[in-house]
Order: sequence, then C-alpha cells, then structure tokens
Amino acid sequence: MSTLEIKDLHVSIDTEQGTKEILKGVSLTIRTGETHAIMGPNGSGKSTLASTIAGHPRYNVTSGTITLDGEDVLAMSVDHRARAGLFLAMQYPVEVPGVSMTNFLRTAKTALDGEAPKLRTWTKDVKAAMAQLRIDADFTQRNVNEGFSGGEKKRVEILQLELFKPKFAILDETDSGLDVDALKVVSEGVNRAHAEGNMGTLLITHYTRILRYIKPDFVHVFVDGQVVEEGGPELADRLEDEGYDRYATGAGAATIAAASAAAQA
Amino acid sequence: MTDITTEKARIGAPSAQPFINGFTEEGESLSPLNAAESKSPLAGEAVKRHSHGGGVGVPDSSRAGRLTSYKLADFKPLTGMEEDWRFTPLKRLRGLHTEVLNGAAPSVSVTAPDSVRVETVGRDDSRIGSAAIPEDRVSANAWENFAEATVLTVPSEVQVDGEVSVLLTGQGTEASAQHVVIVAEKFSKSVVVLDHQGTAVVSENVEIVVEDGAQLTVISLQEWNDDAVHASSQQVKLGRDAKFKHIVVSLGGDLVRVTPSARFTAPGAEVELFGLYFADAGQHLEQRLFVDHAVANCKSNVLYKGALQGRNAHTVWVGDVLIRKEAEGTDTYEANRNLVLTDGARADSVPNLEIETGLIAGAGHASATGRFDDQHLFYLMARGIPEEVARRLVVRGFLHEIIQKINVPAIEERLTEAVERELAATNH
Ligand SMILES: Nc1ncnc2c1ncn2[C@@H]1O[C@H](COP(=O)(O)OP(=O)(O)OP(=O)(O)O)[C@@H](O)[C@H]1O
Ligand SMILES: [Mg+2]
Repeated sequence: MSTLEIKDLHVSIDTEQGTKEILKGVSLTIRTGETHAIMGPNGSGKSTLASTIAGHPRYNVTSGTITLDGEDVLAMSVDHRARAGLFLAMQYPVEVPGVSMTNFLRTAKTALDGEAPKLRTWTKDVKAAMAQLRIDADFTQRNVNEGFSGGEKKRVEILQLELFKPKFAILDETDSGLDVDALKVVSEGVNRAHAEGNMGTLLITHYTRILRYIKPDFVHVFVDGQVVEEGGPELADRLEDEGYDRYATGAGAATIAAASAAAQA
Repeated sequence: MTDITTEKARIGAPSAQPFINGFTEEGESLSPLNAAESKSPLAGEAVKRHSHGGGVGVPDSSRAGRLTSYKLADFKPLTGMEEDWRFTPLKRLRGLHTEVLNGAAPSVSVTAPDSVRVETVGRDDSRIGSAAIPEDRVSANAWENFAEATVLTVPSEVQVDGEVSVLLTGQGTEASAQHVVIVAEKFSKSVVVLDHQGTAVVSENVEIVVEDGAQLTVISLQEWNDDAVHASSQQVKLGRDAKFKHIVVSLGGDLVRVTPSARFTAPGAEVELFGLYFADAGQHLEQRLFVDHAVANCKSNVLYKGALQGRNAHTVWVGDVLIRKEAEGTDTYEANRNLVLTDGARADSVPNLEIETGLIAGAGHASATGRFDDQHLFYLMARGIPEEVARRLVVRGFLHEIIQKINVPAIEERLTEAVERELAATNH
C-alpha cells in the first residue's frame, strides 16, 4: 500500500512576461487501488500538475510538498521519480529520433528494475501487451513516437504503463484524440494495470467520456489552478450535464474552493 | 546563360537551421511517370532543350560544369566565395590551398593477404590518373606535389578474405600531399580500409577503379588527432555491373573535408555511399559527394548521418547527384540526417539532384536535421533512464544505422567505442 500526497502545491513558470503562477495551492492524496479523476477546463493547470509531479524542469514549485510514502518527491531527479514508481502518460508524447521502441522499452525497463529483463520473457511480454492494445508488431522497429498518429502515441503510453508497472500512474488526457474503439482499448489497458492491485491512478481529463470505461473513486474539479469541488463519481455526471460554467474563475473559484474544503472538513 | 538555366531540373534544398522537436523531413520521390510527363521544371521542355557536355556553355550552377584539371594553375586562388568552398573556413586549411605541399606525407603501412598486390610507385606510373581528375584546387595541389603513390591491386577473380588495412599515420603539421590508387580487377571481391591517424596537414587523392563485375568496399576512417587538417578527394570509376560501397567515417581532426565522387562508365553498376560523422566543439567536418550518372541503368544509394555537440561544432553535407540525358533507367536516392545534441552547433545540409532525362526508374532525396532537446531528455528520463544513458541511447541508435553497414566486426566495435568516447569527451 503506497500513498502519493500533494500538499498546498504552488507552481509557477517563467514566461517572457515574467513569472506566472499556475497552481495556486493544490492538495490531493492518492492511495494504491484508488482512481482519482481530475477534471477541468482548458488552461486550468491539469497538465501543469501532472508535469510537476513528474519533475519537468519548466515548472517551479514555489511552495508546498509532494511525497511518496513520506519520501520527498520534489528532491528527486526526473529519472529517480520514475524509478520510485511514478509514471506520467503524457498529453503530448515526445518523438525521440534515433531510438527504436525495442531499445527504448528495454533500456527503460532495465533502469526501472535495476537489472535487465530476461530477454525471452520480456520479448513475449512486449508482444502480448502490444497485441492487447492493438499496436502493430512493426512498431517495435520504429523510433519512439516518430510519425505515430495521435491515437498511436496514446496507446504506446499505455503500453509502457502496462510493462513498467508503476505505483502511481498519472494519465494526462489519455482520452483526447481517441475514437471510440481506441478509447475502449486504451481504457481496458488502464483497467488491466489497475486490476493487478498495486497501482493508484490519477486520471486527468477534460471530458467525462473516458469515465464510462474507467470508474473513478473520486472526482476533483480543477479551475484556475485550484481544486474547486470534490466528490464521488456522481460529480462527473453532473459536470457532463452542466459543464464547467458554473465555476467562476478568479476570486470566485477561491471562495468555492474554501467552501468545498469547509464542507469536507 | 538564359532563364533556361534556372529552370533546369534541379532540386536543391538548402537545409539551414536545425528544426526543433525531432525530425522534420523534406524530400521528394519522383516516379518515372511524373518525371516524364510533368510540366514542372523538374522535367519536360526545359530539360530536353538543355544539354551538358561539361565545359563550354555549361552553367556554373550545374555540377556538370565544374572545372576539373590535373594542373593547379587551372584553378584560381580560393576566396571562400566559390560554391564548393563556401562553407569551409579557408584559414584553417593551413596552406593546403596556397602552399607547396612538400611536407612529409603520412606514412603508409599496408596489411593485406598475399593475394593482394601492394606497390609503391613514382609519379609516372601508368595507373596514376586512371580513375580521378582533381575537381578543386586543393586536390590539384596534391596532384602536383605528391612524391610517390601507394597502389593496391586485387587481381581478377580473387576474393579476399578479411580486409586490406592501410594505416596512414600523420608525420606532423607540414602541409603534405598523398596519393593512393586502389584497383579492383574484374570479378574480384574485397574490402579496403584507409585508416587515418595521428597529426597531419594533408591533401590526399584516392583513386579507385572497380572493373567489370568487381565488388569493392572502401572504408575511410578519419580518427585524426585534434590538430589534423585533411582534405581527401576519393574518386571511383565503375565498370559494367561493378558494385562499390564507400563508407566515410570522420571523427577526429580540426578540419576534415572529404569529397567522394562516383562515375559510372558502363551500365549495370551500383554504388552505395555511406557516411558517419561526429563533430565536437570547434570541429569542422565536411563531406561533399558527387554521383555522376552518365550511362544508363545504374543505381546509387547515399546515406550520411552526423551528430554534433559543443560550441562551434560545424558539419557540412552536400550531395550532388547528376542524372545525365544518357542515363535512362537510373535509380537513385540520397539522404542526409543530422542530430544536433547541444546549442551552438551547426549542421548544413544541401542535397542537389539534377535530372536531365525523364526516363528514370526513380530519383529522390531527403535532408533532415533533428535536435536532441530538453523534451526528448525529459521523456526518456521520465521513464527512469538516467540523463547520460538517455543521451547515449539517442546518439548510438542514430549512428548505428551506418556502423552496421560496415560489416567488419573489429571496425564496427572500434567505431562504437569511438562514438562512446566522443560522447564522454564533452560531457557536461
Ligand atoms: N510553456 C508555457 N508558457 C506559457 N504559459 C504556459 C505554459 N505552460 C502552461 N502555460 C499556461 O499555464 C496554464 C495552465 O496550463 P496547463 O497546460 O497546465 O492547462 P491544462 O489544464 O492542462 O489545459 P488543457 O486542458 O488544454 O490541456 C495555461 O494558462 C497555460 O497557458
Ligand atoms: Mg493539459
């Protein structure tokens, strides 16, 4: 049983116009076996939260903490965080020239486990996982994400999720750009990984569509860098009907956040 | 020189600056169909009205019009404005273009099976000039100044086991001239390695004859010391059904400029020109190749890959492929890919494909310059891969495609290690 705990996280980035605060005090606790959905409008800071957890150098944490089973995640380098068990499925997976998928997957697995996987079983595992995600076998010969379609990139992110078996998976809009069939395939992949019982999931999405396939235990509504409302799966249904409009931004959001925090306490 | 000149079939693509985010590709493939029928400047009237014999009336912009001569005096002193010198820092040529090249040439030591004939000959040997004619001033300067030449002959129908190894060791920084002739006689099969090491300031002419039905691989390794300056013209003449594979590997030296040219003289021949270069801070590595499809039904395939890292690392790749009017049924493809690992490095890449006949089997080119940037690094590290491993993974993978074409295990191993050293050398 593991716990990923985010406390009062403030994050800013440096822009040409100066420093811009994006996350304005985010608190969130995820435990093994739980699925948390974070929903919010464009630009509300969802990807910022995801990237900050993974350690993207662009984002500066100005205050607050992130801990994994009590260990200070913010003090860890990006690769160290991954080895500690954090996995980020990116909203826009990067194309890496010159590195074949085969080579990449094996190198990552070796780094994560601290030893090279047994070649025979590993090759079999990769093949099987690819088949389940309906990824063509010849993808292993191609360079990482190079020339993959948007949907293919997302499948390959989930392929890694299944192969790397992290303690916590952060899925940043894995549903965007997927047609219904692909959405199902990808959701099944996440559910398989979850069913092994050793993973907590933070599912970031703009739409409720994916929540039909992946059932969240908790839903957090994110507006303007803050969690403005929290609840169970029923909250997602309400968002489906009402959208985000009723959440004002700015000062209003802060008020709602305070109110909902008070309500929870 | 009228408008026709500019309309002629020329696909040139100065690549310029590295793109961000992986590789962006520009390139095209011409099917015989559209090349023959299209009204684009790539084919059709403009092309048919234009003919090239070399020399008089041929525009400068065409590779066919490039001056060639054995006499240094025929080449004007260089200004740096010439098309073929515009990327080269002349000051760093250390006199190869201005001085009399009478310094001690790199010593030559050949290791070869008995079946291969190895000779050292004088300037008047009949085999001098059998495959090459200087195409620039620096090459002509070497031609005028070399004292003796090394001639390697693989006799008819001999298949050489293992490779012929030619170790060329620099003798210092006096500007010098070198001459090597390689003759692969009819139906022979062999691999020759030119292994350049040490410190030298040298202009070198390598003449290569691949006779009818012969198969030859020449691997030219430039693992010079940091202060070496090397200009190398490597020209090959191919007979009927001859097969030639050329692999240029430039890693060491202050300035290295290799200019391979391949000329087809009879149908059915095939060349593969591969290259690998890795430029560190301050290094200038240049490669300019020329494939002259002057006869019908020949094939050429070109792939050069380069990595750059460090301030003022500069690489140049220019690929001139000329399909003359007579060269019906030609099949050619050329590509250059560069990987820029750090800021402050610059890769120039210019494919030039000139097509004077529509009746070809295929012609294409591609040039791409990718950047290994923070996003790539983040992606790999986010999968648990440490920074240094990530960097190596990318470079190794990228260059391996060329290394594996060498097919000489000892050299493949050595180059893999050399690439690792390059990566380690400028670790920051
Ligand atoms: N590199 C950047 N430069 C400038 N602004 C940025 C940058 N990255 C993020 N931002 C800003 O930070 C805010 C939050 O962005 P973020 O990508 O976290 O939002 P999001 O909730 O993931 O949006 P989406 O639903 O579109 O993915 C936005 O206003 C965005 O414009
Ligand atoms: Mg986002």
